[in-house]
Amino acid sequence: MNTDDRVLMQARGVGHNYGDRFGCCDVSFELWPGEVLAVVGESGSGKTTLLGALSQRLALSEGTIRYRLADGEEVELSQLSESRVRNLWRSEWGFVHQNPEDGLRMHVSAGGNIGEPLMATGWRHYGTIRATASEWLERVEIPVSRIDDAPVTFSGGMRQRLQIARNLVVSPRLVFMDEPTSGLDVSVQARLLDLIRYLVAELGLAVVIVTHDLGVARLISHRTIVMKEGRVIESGLTDRVLDDPQAEYTQLLVSSILGG
Amino acid sequence: MTPLLAVNGVDKTFTMHLQGGQQLPVLRGLTFEVGRGECVVLTGASGVGKSSILKMVYGNYGVDAGTIVLDRAAGPLDLAGAGPRQILAARRDTMGYVSQFLRAVPRVPALQIVAEPLVARGVSRADAEERAAGLLGRLNIPERLWALPPATFSGGEQQRVNIARGFIAELPLLLLDEPTASLDVRNGEVVVELIREQLAAGVGMLGIFHDLDVRDAVANRAIDVEAFEAGPARMAG
Repeated sequence: MNTDDRVLMQARGVGHNYGDRFGCCDVSFELWPGEVLAVVGESGSGKTTLLGALSQRLALSEGTIRYRLADGEEVELSQLSESRVRNLWRSEWGFVHQNPEDGLRMHVSAGGNIGEPLMATGWRHYGTIRATASEWLERVEIPVSRIDDAPVTFSGGMRQRLQIARNLVVSPRLVFMDEPTSGLDVSVQARLLDLIRYLVAELGLAVVIVTHDLGVARLISHRTIVMKEGRVIESGLTDRVLDDPQAEYTQLLVSSILGG
Repeated sequence: MTPLLAVNGVDKTFTMHLQGGQQLPVLRGLTFEVGRGECVVLTGASGVGKSSILKMVYGNYGVDAGTIVLDRAAGPLDLAGAGPRQILAARRDTMGYVSQFLRAVPRVPALQIVAEPLVARGVSRADAEERAAGLLGRLNIPERLWALPPATFSGGEQQRVNIARGFIAELPLLLLDEPTASLDVRNGEVVVELIREQLAAGVGMLGIFHDLDVRDAVANRAIDVEAFEAGPARMAG
């Protein structure tokens, strides 16, 4: 974890309604640089809705989200213009989808998938872009010899690693992840989690990761929020939430983990 | 002089919601101190709450009442009331935990697991891995295993990896939960040596040792946890 002591994102009473039904409500937390926050819960708990609201992919129905920009300016996300939000996506934020198909261009080469975000931030020199793409393929453990192949020819684990490279190549400050390992075999999951953990620590990223898997939260997150029916049931240090859960629902989730 | 760790009036009860809200009182009024360079051991029958005490200090368990004040370089911190971020900072700069079991990401090599606490404190990876190699060597982990993830190691080897990881950062307070439980005599002696060196360097320790020879070799004082045992279980409501 790096030593930047200023809060990166502060959510207060955040909620999003679907018509007269709420997807999530009254969610509050603070996130610091270098910190991984896990949002856990079963399907339908509102965790993906929360991720959408935090990342401005869904409109905020209630509450506030303060965010500190790279230049130090603090902004209220819901008041940013669309073009400034687009700019955040280009330069400061990443989003790793559960299905790599949603975050990759499946018929563009692996090198192109990594190079595209660089070009969007103004990189022009083909040789430099290709060299950076090669470097990132290595970091996410994809053979550089596959640089000209499209991800449609890759395995699920490789696609997910490519999606991570595409997101991290522009050195984002905050990355949202929606069940990034859940579609993968257990052995592939472990490898991907390890890679995420390593890159997050090395790059000092802040991450909000949504998962239904408490084991994933245990391995990579510092703090955990437990959600049920759109509301926060319990939150705190990940070790504490998992080892000494206070709420009945959290105790039920923890007791359902196979093999502890 | 302020003690390194001061535990005062700590209560702990578990509420088991899945068993009809049954209350399991464990500890009442737990009070003791650990000084620098001192090894304090927790004694008492199995199930009395010795491991729970270590977990409350390290932040894995919450505390119902009382204070647990850790004297950090940055100033005293009451771990009983500290937030997640403060606990994480205290783990990084002041307290380490060595348990019987290794919990690590499955694919990370042993050398990297041991080096990690130093890297987290800003030491370069190369220097950290050199120190890690030194400790693994002392603990008789063969060099051919250093690049492998410990998931496939024997219980004793995993435990020694865990010990190396706990000792490498030379933090002011070490919490030891049966660090020699599944070690042979030779490796147990190495661990006793490591503990004595760190005590001499001023590190404070709070530990649980079932092996009486090891306990006698390192302990300065014993705290009988049974003196703080809470009453019998009650049903809620």
